[in-house]
Amino acid sequence: MVTTVISESSNGSLHPVSAQIVGAAASLGEAITVVCPGGFGSSEAAQLSGVTKVISVEGGCFETYDCLAWSKALSPLVDGTLILSSSSAIGRELIASIAAAKGIPVVQDVTGLTSGFSATRSIFSGKAIEEVSISAPCAISLRANSFEPAGSGGSAEITTIDVSQEVSVAVKKALMKASERLDVSEADIIISGGRGMGDPANFSNLNEIADLLGAAVGASRAAVDTWDDIPHSMQVGQTGKTVTPSLYIAVGISGAIQHLAGMRSSKFILAINKDPEAPIFGVADYGIVSTWEEALPPLKEHLSELLSN
Amino acid sequence: MGVAVLLKQVPDTTSKISISGERVDESSVTKWSISPYDEYALENAIKLKEGGYGDVVAITCGPPRASKCLTEAAAVGADRLIHIVTDSSLDSIQIQSILSAAVKESECEIVMCGKQAADTNSGSTGPGLSSSLGYSFVGAATRVSMEGGIVSATRLGPSGPEEVEVRVPCVFTFDKGDSELRRPNVRGIMMAKKKQIDTLTPEDLGVDTSISKVIIESHSSPPEKQPGQKFVGSESVPEVVNKLREEANVI
Repeated sequence: MVTTVISESSNGSLHPVSAQIVGAAASLGEAITVVCPGGFGSSEAAQLSGVTKVISVEGGCFETYDCLAWSKALSPLVDGTLILSSSSAIGRELIASIAAAKGIPVVQDVTGLTSGFSATRSIFSGKAIEEVSISAPCAISLRANSFEPAGSGGSAEITTIDVSQEVSVAVKKALMKASERLDVSEADIIISGGRGMGDPANFSNLNEIADLLGAAVGASRAAVDTWDDIPHSMQVGQTGKTVTPSLYIAVGISGAIQHLAGMRSSKFILAINKDPEAPIFGVADYGIVSTWEEALPPLKEHLSELLSN
Repeated sequence: MGVAVLLKQVPDTTSKISISGERVDESSVTKWSISPYDEYALENAIKLKEGGYGDVVAITCGPPRASKCLTEAAAVGADRLIHIVTDSSLDSIQIQSILSAAVKESECEIVMCGKQAADTNSGSTGPGLSSSLGYSFVGAATRVSMEGGIVSATRLGPSGPEEVEVRVPCVFTFDKGDSELRRPNVRGIMMAKKKQIDTLTPEDLGVDTSISKVIIESHSSPPEKQPGQKFVGSESVPEVVNKLREEANVI
């Protein structure tokens, strides 16, 4: 019985979510093999506690992202009763492609997992919770920040395998550099702005607070639809991303049903809105009835004071 | 040649989702719509057709009510409509087997769908179909075009938006882009009402749906939030910041 974890990388290193997936795998008590696409992060993966084996898969096809090519290169090396990945955009595509190649079922974006296998996931972007039982062998992607990360102290053996796989998607040019900011789906603290911010330029006030807290900056659908400068990748809600950070700060967001669905499972919610009747206050642990112009300067000042102590 | 666009009918995103007998209560859904990301797939499929690339074949898999989304697709320009009538609890293997059989039957070499559906939020269908059909795959596309036989796309890549060229046959999944979605005109709506829908069963396509590997045990509502603490005016900010540290322990 083996659980195979497909690791995730970022800038050539192991992405922190990979330790969480190994942590989830370890709680099931099987031997754990970590497969590293492109070999990225393999030495870090070998040091995670509970890992029995690391397969570093290297080859030219990993220079750019081509889901089918990666899936064909990895599928023969991925085995076991359970295959796990992160539920990032690439994690989902890759595990769905590998599952289809193997003819096994795939269940995505799981937030709770017990052996057998039973999985918990949110549906309708958080408007409801689904419990499913899945026949092994199967493939499951896990949501970031939902599982305890594995600690260090492992020393698994690393096997390097060279693959040669034809690529059918060629990257011609990058159109824009990706934001250096943390993505909302990975962040432990999120500060989001809505149309109440008045102007996209005013999001700089949210960026400053995000920098203090190491937070990601999100937005409501109304803000994304109104302003071209606020990209869809920032959108939290039913046609955007579903998030579950420890702290969600909503500024100038009234709280449409689609937005509430996407963020209501956050551990703590702070809402700042000038309208005391705004629906966002219905899900907020802490609500401040105020304009953002009045509330954000003291918020920044007191947070920075607190964090410098 | 042709573009197969896969559409899923879902409760409109403005709908409340209620639970009855540990299942989502479909009878309480007031409005059913094409899943939002699938609408971008449909728009781009029609744009390719306008650029001279074959017919648009709209395919849906779902209960009888789902045929409405095919009629909506016809109203904006879909040429052929295929409805595979199924009940709702199919696993990923079953859905992909049905859809890949339907795509093969349509002889389309380009397949388009949303990056994930607004009900299950999974995103398995596009990449799964690419794998089982052996078609190239481009995910999170916002625009697809063809010039001189070369198909290129803008996608949200791992390090930001990028332009890619892709070998056909190919599956594209769509993210929300800057494409303006077209609305049907009266003539389109009238024509669509008369348009024939090819209705099939999974068995017609040679797919056995009797055994599902994923069983839904229960649906439930998310836990209700306790009423929170509300403060008036920005002078409360220092107190709230203290509470974030002392009570909530999150900063």
